[in-house]
Parts: sequence; structure tokens; C-alpha cells
Amino acid sequence: MSVLTYIESKDYKAKKNSFEVISYARALADQLSTDLVILCFNIKNINELSNYGPDKILNINNDELSQFNVQKYAEAISKASSKLSVSHIIIGGSTDCKYLAPSLSVKTNSTYISNVVSLPSSLTPFTLRRSTFSNKAFSDVIIKNEKIIIGICNNSFGLIEKKSSPEILNLEINIPESTINQESIELSSGSISIADADIVVSAGRGLKGPENWGMIEELAKILGAATACSKPVSDMGWRPHSEHVGQTGKPVATNLYIAIGISGAIQHLAGVSSSKVKVVINSDPDAPFFKAADYGIIGDAFDIVPKLNEKLKSFKAVNN
Amino acid sequence: MKILVCISCVPDTTSKINFIENDTTFDTNGIQFVINPNDEFGLTRAMWIKEMDNSTVDTINVGLENTEPILKKTLAIGADKAIRINEKPTDGFRVAKLISDYISNNNYDLIIAGRESIDYNGTMVPGIISEILNINFITNCVGLEIDGNKITAKREIEGGTEILSCNLPAIIGGQKGLVEESDLKIPNMRGIMQARQKPLEIIETENDEIGTEIIKFYKPKEKEEIKMIDSENLDELVEIFNKNAKVI
Ligand SMILES: Cc1cc2nc3c(=O)[nH]c(=O)nc-3n(C[C@H](O)[C@H](O)[C@H](O)COP(=O)(O)OP(=O)(O)OC[C@H]3O[C@@H](n4cnc5c(N)ncnc54)[C@H](O)[C@@H]3O)c2cc1C
Repeated sequence: MSVLTYIESKDYKAKKNSFEVISYARALADQLSTDLVILCFNIKNINELSNYGPDKILNINNDELSQFNVQKYAEAISKASSKLSVSHIIIGGSTDCKYLAPSLSVKTNSTYISNVVSLPSSLTPFTLRRSTFSNKAFSDVIIKNEKIIIGICNNSFGLIEKKSSPEILNLEINIPESTINQESIELSSGSISIADADIVVSAGRGLKGPENWGMIEELAKILGAATACSKPVSDMGWRPHSEHVGQTGKPVATNLYIAIGISGAIQHLAGVSSSKVKVVINSDPDAPFFKAADYGIIGDAFDIVPKLNEKLKSFKAVNN
Repeated sequence: MKILVCISCVPDTTSKINFIENDTTFDTNGIQFVINPNDEFGLTRAMWIKEMDNSTVDTINVGLENTEPILKKTLAIGADKAIRINEKPTDGFRVAKLISDYISNNNYDLIIAGRESIDYNGTMVPGIISEILNINFITNCVGLEIDGNKITAKREIEGGTEILSCNLPAIIGGQKGLVEESDLKIPNMRGIMQARQKPLEIIETENDEIGTEIIKFYKPKEKEEIKMIDSENLDELVEIFNKNAKVI
């Protein structure tokens, strides 16, 4: 029985969060004293995957898998895992992974556990800790099944480099037709998506109106960050729905989250609290966000953000 | 058309989450329970379909008697019948299996669930139902159109949206955008009166082994004291970006 980790790709490259997923899977395989197989689709250069210690890599090159399709992907992963006698499948926490995992769990007779934040604290019984109540709590869960799919939370485990010389596998896998068709796809051009971002710059109702987002976009550009917003901001149409973060919007688990003119309502905090470093800029010293952040500045965003942008630009000019 | 809306009963989003009995049980004291927000968008979307083509809309919940006020609320909003499967929901697979059993005995064309419930955040019930019943599944739906036997759904993906289509029967996972929040239906007096006459079916379950067990809850670590930075000293923040967060 081995551990298999399915790695997502984009433009024929492993997605950035893959390396954390592989690091987790390697550590789990060590804990179980077994092999780690990486499964990926249509990746051009698989060399960088061996920096995190796989024993084997199965890269399926197949045009049928060039676009995400829940049925085709779940079937391909399921077939690969049964051919390789896999006991544990490790996946990331992306929207696509969360879409395919339930189907995959039924196909492989596994139990799926999402939002996992650490390695098993015990192997018998197999016990995992996961985030629950929209990041307001954690729970330890015992899984009775021997076959388990573990979906890990972004940024919960970190990277562990461990160079290996993996065996490259070759397996023929038939991909069935899908009964779900993609009619079209619309990607916002240029900007970094919240899920892919290392840094998120988020702004709220304190910005007064959509015309004031220039300085926010500039800050995001300087830092290479994604932009996000609080719920009322997207409800009022100041920013697109896709930027809404929080309990009922997108979850954020980045290295740095900068909240500007956001009060820090419990529903907002629930979605962003697993970010590592949180910085708040707010004119109200009593804003609840100050209780949940690592660094805070009390003051007017319209005064602070432009100044900060200038300072960051000069810092980069001198140091790069 | 026959539509089934899956309803999860969750603590109101403002709830403070606490645990009792040695941190093994969620403390429901003082907690107000509501329809899971992601399911609520789906319920309103279902009511719109019903208004267009006279579909029937049933709602289903796996839960103990304490969830009945939530199911009655769905009847007051306009559902025709509510079903409560009498079991405490503790495992996503089990909940999906129980609902699947009900669906296979009652033939629904369209099943609407939420992309996830905001309490246990399992994100698995609709996907598992689709696989057990071998029907189409589209989640993260922010738009849904129905044309005869075909549905077209807008799905939120990372960095954008995609349009997917498939045939009925199908199950979708909804979220905000399926309808706008300002469009959410709330019960009116007439609805509440009518709800009293509507059926609430209770289904007993047979014992079966449940695959997972939550043994302990934890609250997040207390946050360390925040470090305040003077708005006149933004260089300090630049240095934190550089040294602590290592982002520049
Ligand atoms: C069921 C439900 C689900 C919800 N889900 C979410 C969710 O997922 N995400 C979410 O974000 N919210 C959610 N909310 C809404 C949430 O309760 C808050 O209403 C919302 O987060 C507040 O947004 P805000 O901080 O932008 O606005 P406000 O609360 O109005 O705060 C604006 C802040 O800006 C500050 N400010 C004003 N002017 C300036 C200035 N010049 N410079 C600096 N600061 C300034 C103010 O001091 C204030 O703190 C939900 C609510 C409900 C009921």
C-alpha cells in the first residue's frame, strides 16, 4: 500500500501550492513507512517535483485531461490509485480538488477528510486534525476506513525540501467520455487569483466608493498581491463577487493579509484568520480587527496607503 | 419537475463557538440555528423555478427534532413538503448516503445543495450523492438556467468562472450568486399559515457503522498581542514586510 498525491497543474506546470501538498504526502509516507507516488497530468517538466522526495512519478499525458473535468479527473485518479494499490490519497484544498474529492472517495471506497491541518497524531486509530466551524475551531477526527483521502488546507504544513531520484512510471489509463460539458470559460486577465496569491490586499467599506480602489490596486501591484474585499463591497457592486472573502466568500490562507478599512466582523475574520501575518489599517481604534491581527495602524487609509506605496517603491528601488 | 433542496441547519454566522463535556461536544447554549447560507440561495432559486413551471419543491434535512423549526421555515418560504431523516448528522458520507436512499426511492429531477455547510465545512455531501446515484454534479454554482432536460450552470473557479452544461437528473452545489442576497425569500404571514398544513415527513434510520468520529474540539490559540505601528512611522511596516513577512 502506498501514498499517492495528486498534483494540480496550470499551463503545463505544477501549481505553486503543489509543493506543500507533496511535502505533506512525503511526511505521511515516512510515517507509514511506505512509498510516495506523485500523480499529475500533462506537466512538461517534472524535474522540480523531485525536490520534495517522491519515490515515483506518474505524469499522464492525455489531451482528454487538458481541461479540468470533474468526471474525467476523478476517474483518472481513481484508476491510477487502484493500479498502484494506494491506501492514502493526498490532495490540496483548491476549488477543483474539493469538487472532485467526494466522487473520488466513492469510486475508491475511501473516506474523504477535508481541511486537514496536520499529520496524523496517531496511526491506530488514524487521527487527523481539521479546521471546522469556518476556521473558528479545530477538531480531531478518527477515521475507521483503511483507505483515506486527505485534503489539506493551504499554508497549514509548509515546505520540506528533500531531493530524490524518482522512478518515472508509465501507465495506460482510459479516460471515459464526460456527461458534463464546458461551454465556455472566463478568466480575469492579468491579475493574480486569491487562491494562488502569497499576499492578499483587501479593502472594505471604509474606502467609501469604487473610485478609490486605485491605491489598493497599486499596493497590490507593488507587492505582487491579489486584491480582495469585504462582503458589502461586493454586494454594492464596488468590486466583483469573485473578490469577496470571508465565511460566505472565498477563504484566504496566505502569508500576508492586509486589511484596509475593514472592521473585522466575525464572518469576515472566519474566512481570513488562517493567514500567517495579518496587518490592519483602520481609522477606528476600536475596530474588532485589531484584536485579530498581528500588526495594526490606526489612521486614515487615504493618507496612509499612498504614503506606504511610495515607501515600498523606494525600498524596492534601492534593494532590488 | 421534482426538485429537492438539501438543508443543513447551522449556527448563525455571528455565533461564538464553544465546546462542552471536555471539548467533545459543540455548546448549543444560546446559539441560534439558521438555514445554511449556501443552501438558502439554492432554496430561493428553487422557488423561482417553481413559480415558472409549477415544479414541486421538497426540502430534506438529516437531523434530530431540534432542526424542525428550520424545515418549517422552508415550508413557510414555499416548499411543498419537508423531510427529516431522524439521525444526528456527524459524518458527511453517512448524511449523503441517507439522502441518496431517499432520492432513489422518490425520483427527483434536480437536487440543490450548498457548496459546503458553514459548521463542519465537509464540502462532500452533494458530490457523494452524485457518485452514489450516478448523476451529474456541478458545484460552486453562481448561476443556474434550466431548459427542458438540460441545465446550464455558471461555476466559480480560481481566477474566473466557467459555464458548464449537463442533462437532468443532476445535483448542484450552490453559493452566493445563485441568487443575490437581496433576492432571498423570507417567510410571510400567509406562508407561515400555509406551512401548518404542509407535510413534514419523518424517516427513521437503521443503525449502521459510521466511518468517522470526532473525538475532540479545539479553539484556535489565543492571538498574541497585536503590535501597533505609528502612522507616522511607515518605515517600520516596510521593514516588517521585508524581515518578518519576507514579501519584499
Ligand atoms: C450571513 C452573513 C454572512 C456574512 N459573510 C461575510 C463574509 O463572508 N465576508 C465579509 O467580509 N462579511 C460577511 N458578512 C458581513 C459582515 O457581518 C460585515 O457586515 C462586513 O464584513 C463589514 O464589511 P466592512 O468591514 O467592509 O464594512 P464596515 O463594517 O462598515 O467597516 C468599515 C471599516 O472601515 C473603517 N474606515 C472608515 N473610513 C476609513 C478610512 N478613511 N480609513 C481607514 N479605515 C476606515 C471603519 O472604521 C470600519 O471599521 C456576513 C454577514 C452575514 C449576516
